[in-house]
Amino acid sequence: MSTLEKAIADTNYLKDPPGIKNWLFTLDHKRIGVLYLYGIMASFLLGGIFAMLLRLELLSPDQVIVDADTYNQFFTLHGAVMIFLFIIPSIPAALGNFVLPLMIGAKDVAFPRLNLASWYIYVAGAIICLYSIVAGGADTGWTFYTPYSTQTSTAVISLTFGAFVLGFSSIFTGINFIATIHKLRAPGMSWFKMPLMVWALYATSIIQVMATPVLGITLVLLIVERAFGIGIFDPAMGGDPVLYQHFFWFYSHPAVYIMILPAMGIISELISTFSHKKIFGYKMIAFSSLGIAFVSFLVWGHHMFVSGQSELAAMVFSFLTFFVGIPSGIKVFNWVATMYKGSIELKTPMLYALSFLFLFTIGGFTGIVLGSLAVDVHLHDTYFIVAHFHYVMMGGTVMAFLGGLHYWWPKMWGRMYSEFWAKISLALIFIGFNATFFTQFIMGSQGMPRRYATYVDTYHRLHAFSTYGSWVLGLGFVVMAVYLIHSLFKGSKAPANPWRSLTMEWETTSPPITHNFDRPMVLEHGPYDYDVIDPKRRLEDHKREVSK
Amino acid sequence: MSTESTDKHLDFLEHHFSTPQQQAESAKLGMWVFLLTEILLFGGLFLAYAVYRSWHPEMFYNAHLFLDRELGTFNTVVLIISSLTMALAIRSMQLGKRKQTIWMLVATLALAAVFLVVKYFEYSHKIHLGQLPGKFYTFDGIEGNNPHVFFSVYFLMTGLHGIHVIGGMFAIGWVLRRTIRNDFSSAYYTPIEMTGLYWHLVDLVWIFLFPLFYLIG
Amino acid sequence: MDTTGTLFLPPSGSTISGEVDFQFYFIYAASIFFFAVVTFASLLFVVRYRRRGEPTRSDAPTHNTLLEIVWTAIPTVLIVIVFVMGFRTYLKMHVVPGDAMEIKVTAQKWFWSFDYPEGASAVNELVVPVNQPVKLLMSSQDVIHSFFVPNFRVKMDVLPNRYSVTWFEATQTGEFDLFCTEYCGKGHAEMIGKVKVVSESEYNNWVEAGAGPAEGEGLADYGRRLYVSKACNTCHSIDGSGNVGPSFLQKFGAEEALADGSFITVDENYLRESILNPQAKIVAGYDPVMPTYQGLLKDREVDALIEFIKSLKDGQ
Repeated sequence: MSTLEKAIADTNYLKDPPGIKNWLFTLDHKRIGVLYLYGIMASFLLGGIFAMLLRLELLSPDQVIVDADTYNQFFTLHGAVMIFLFIIPSIPAALGNFVLPLMIGAKDVAFPRLNLASWYIYVAGAIICLYSIVAGGADTGWTFYTPYSTQTSTAVISLTFGAFVLGFSSIFTGINFIATIHKLRAPGMSWFKMPLMVWALYATSIIQVMATPVLGITLVLLIVERAFGIGIFDPAMGGDPVLYQHFFWFYSHPAVYIMILPAMGIISELISTFSHKKIFGYKMIAFSSLGIAFVSFLVWGHHMFVSGQSELAAMVFSFLTFFVGIPSGIKVFNWVATMYKGSIELKTPMLYALSFLFLFTIGGFTGIVLGSLAVDVHLHDTYFIVAHFHYVMMGGTVMAFLGGLHYWWPKMWGRMYSEFWAKISLALIFIGFNATFFTQFIMGSQGMPRRYATYVDTYHRLHAFSTYGSWVLGLGFVVMAVYLIHSLFKGSKAPANPWRSLTMEWETTSPPITHNFDRPMVLEHGPYDYDVIDPKRRLEDHKREVSK
Repeated sequence: MSTESTDKHLDFLEHHFSTPQQQAESAKLGMWVFLLTEILLFGGLFLAYAVYRSWHPEMFYNAHLFLDRELGTFNTVVLIISSLTMALAIRSMQLGKRKQTIWMLVATLALAAVFLVVKYFEYSHKIHLGQLPGKFYTFDGIEGNNPHVFFSVYFLMTGLHGIHVIGGMFAIGWVLRRTIRNDFSSAYYTPIEMTGLYWHLVDLVWIFLFPLFYLIG
Repeated sequence: MDTTGTLFLPPSGSTISGEVDFQFYFIYAASIFFFAVVTFASLLFVVRYRRRGEPTRSDAPTHNTLLEIVWTAIPTVLIVIVFVMGFRTYLKMHVVPGDAMEIKVTAQKWFWSFDYPEGASAVNELVVPVNQPVKLLMSSQDVIHSFFVPNFRVKMDVLPNRYSVTWFEATQTGEFDLFCTEYCGKGHAEMIGKVKVVSESEYNNWVEAGAGPAEGEGLADYGRRLYVSKACNTCHSIDGSGNVGPSFLQKFGAEEALADGSFITVDENYLRESILNPQAKIVAGYDPVMPTYQGLLKDREVDALIEFIKSLKDGQ
């Protein structure tokens, strides 16, 4: 190791400044991203354990491990943990925090103190949510529908209050990213020179700041209703439970796009990088993100086609729902077209991107099935819905998150993971996922309602198969945990740009130095200019410059 | 630029911004986005208000007669004046008049306190009569369906607004302390400006609440 | 009309299900087509343009307006077709035919009760005549439930503060599952009833007979039938196992500890009170969740149930 390399190794953000205290009070976006990563991975583990227990209980119609009350708490906590603690912060707050300033050539996000505060609020919210487990669990489902949620004797308040607090964390991250993207881009990086991941984070942030406050006030109303009986949602007091559903879905439908838009951003990066080709239809992809963000606010009623809303409302919501489908479809076509005549390298992140394409397309098409009013009446609140949103959320968002995690892993830790074990793990996850959830499409359209602790015998074989699938899926994640943790200590050293990508985060060392770049960044080429730039030569230029 | 102001310049400029202008613009943008979230937060309650008023227009009219119009008007004037003093505080600092800024901030704080005191009297009168939200409602004498819902919405909205007033007072107190400590100059007064934006929003929300509750008719 | 069902859809049993199934398979077929195109193209490109050695620069176009318009327009047209079909059927589901008979549906934790215009009533078993439109006027006693018969492709939420309406016309006789699909608590998964579609003459006989013991049926046996048909079995076992409520096994004559600390001997009066006014004396360790059966059971039915519980005194 040359003295220069050693100097760089000691000034990377992981080591400089050293000590636990400097980590806990860090204002460095990279460290905060890593702190978030710890938080969401712990949440993913917890939510995953609940998922495995749910599937185990459903192995047979008889009681396998727990009674109905406990089962109801399991699915409530599985949903709440996965949505509020894992998926929503996963890509924006963990990966986004780490890569956003690097991708736009900034030294940090606009408000580093607010960034740290949002992590502490996340932790506080998580603790309040999880307190409900100690306090006897909550059994309302993550949707907290009234009047059940105002009547049940379980710990609803701590769970909803936790979700309320988490909302602030989400809002602060959104505000931070919007200001960062507007004001801190490197000179030369105009809006249409931004990587598509940045566009996606921008659209996501807009939804976060516009939808989350409405969830906040809804949860406040729910808490006050439950604690004081104010009569807004409680029919016994002259309130209306359907009004709650409108309030709730006004947030929670856009929230679906908080989860999927950043995933689409990652996929754009992965497909372009590993096809070594300029992204096809850059502007269409960028605008479709904003289009989705906009339309997502106008479709909440499609969760309520059988709630007794007027036919006119149902018609409008159904129509608009289909029009969220179009921009998503355009993105898929653009990604496929990007691969045409590319130079495709099948590294693990690219395989995740391909899995995303496969699974997300299924999730998207089943969304069309559900958007159709007449068909939705049959499928609403069955396992078809469960399968649909797992294909979008897990097959889509989680696959993209894992793809992004592997893609930026060398940048984050300066170490490579084992390609071999990564591929084994991906194969297990892919097979296990489809076995678990495709089965659920079938049992759902056959009529199996969701949130059932037991079921009629007709569905026994499908449920059992789904449970077997979940074991394969779980095994895949165990393998991943082992090789990723192993790579932290024993992985080979990562070069600055292992994938020969052209976005800015690869122009600094792996892991980056504390202040991100050793020079003020200026945009020299577009993020996907693979048709004009030879990355190998660029890297040599860069090394020469560093040694000067 | 004198050396002294250059030193100040270096004090407040955070490392990840390249110019003071970039820093100030970022702060302003962030603040505006934050105010947007605040509007949406209140928006949910305004929506609940609209739904229940359209369901029970008579009851809303009958119930609103029990709110004190004079006190409401007085409080509206108080808040509008406080917005003015807040704006003057920012203006003074732009001109580098630190003393004047301090006085204007103190005046804003005092007016906010007056608002809360009036609100306290209004609340305690209602509590005394039993005009309370939901199941605590014991008052008898308002015609119409579910009059407790009116007071649920009233207490929720004015209560949330009150919490914002208190929050605003903390923010004003904080910039007041920093002004006294001589942290600001005509070159750097972003925190006062941000607090001012926030205070105007608090004022604005009240300007909507006042006619919606006190002037139904 | 198919009666066997397919991989995805259960056998169809109502006038509306044919339309729903057609739309399901229409979208299914279109989706399979696009899915095949996307997957085939991805795989083809991956194989054909696999990187060997150093990455190569590509001269492929980075956008193509015509192509982009085409792949936006075709899905848009398809989607409008799907939307229009879906909306028309949805309207049909919501417009009740004029000649429909009306049945009042009441949902509560965790069973369904049905009141017929002729005065008959039933729990967890909806008996309807075949080929006759049936309008359901539904309301809930507590939280939100949802009425779902997979074979009829019919679903509607049942709300506590207003009536909701749905209708169906069964085309097949037989027994069909009736599920609650809006999560409603501990017994949600057991809130399962049956829709029994019978011929018109059978239906008329059933309505006339009303509810009552069959010819030569003993009171305890009648009670055993009511135990199932009135949904007592959702919460009370007869084999001593625990559930939402206490088991009936060997309960009669036993001493029970109550939630307020006192004790009571289970006799006819206590059982009658517990059926008609369940919140009066709660057995220790159980939640006060049982709804009242006042008005749902005739005196004779209460007698029969008590007789049935008595018969379990010395085991099944």
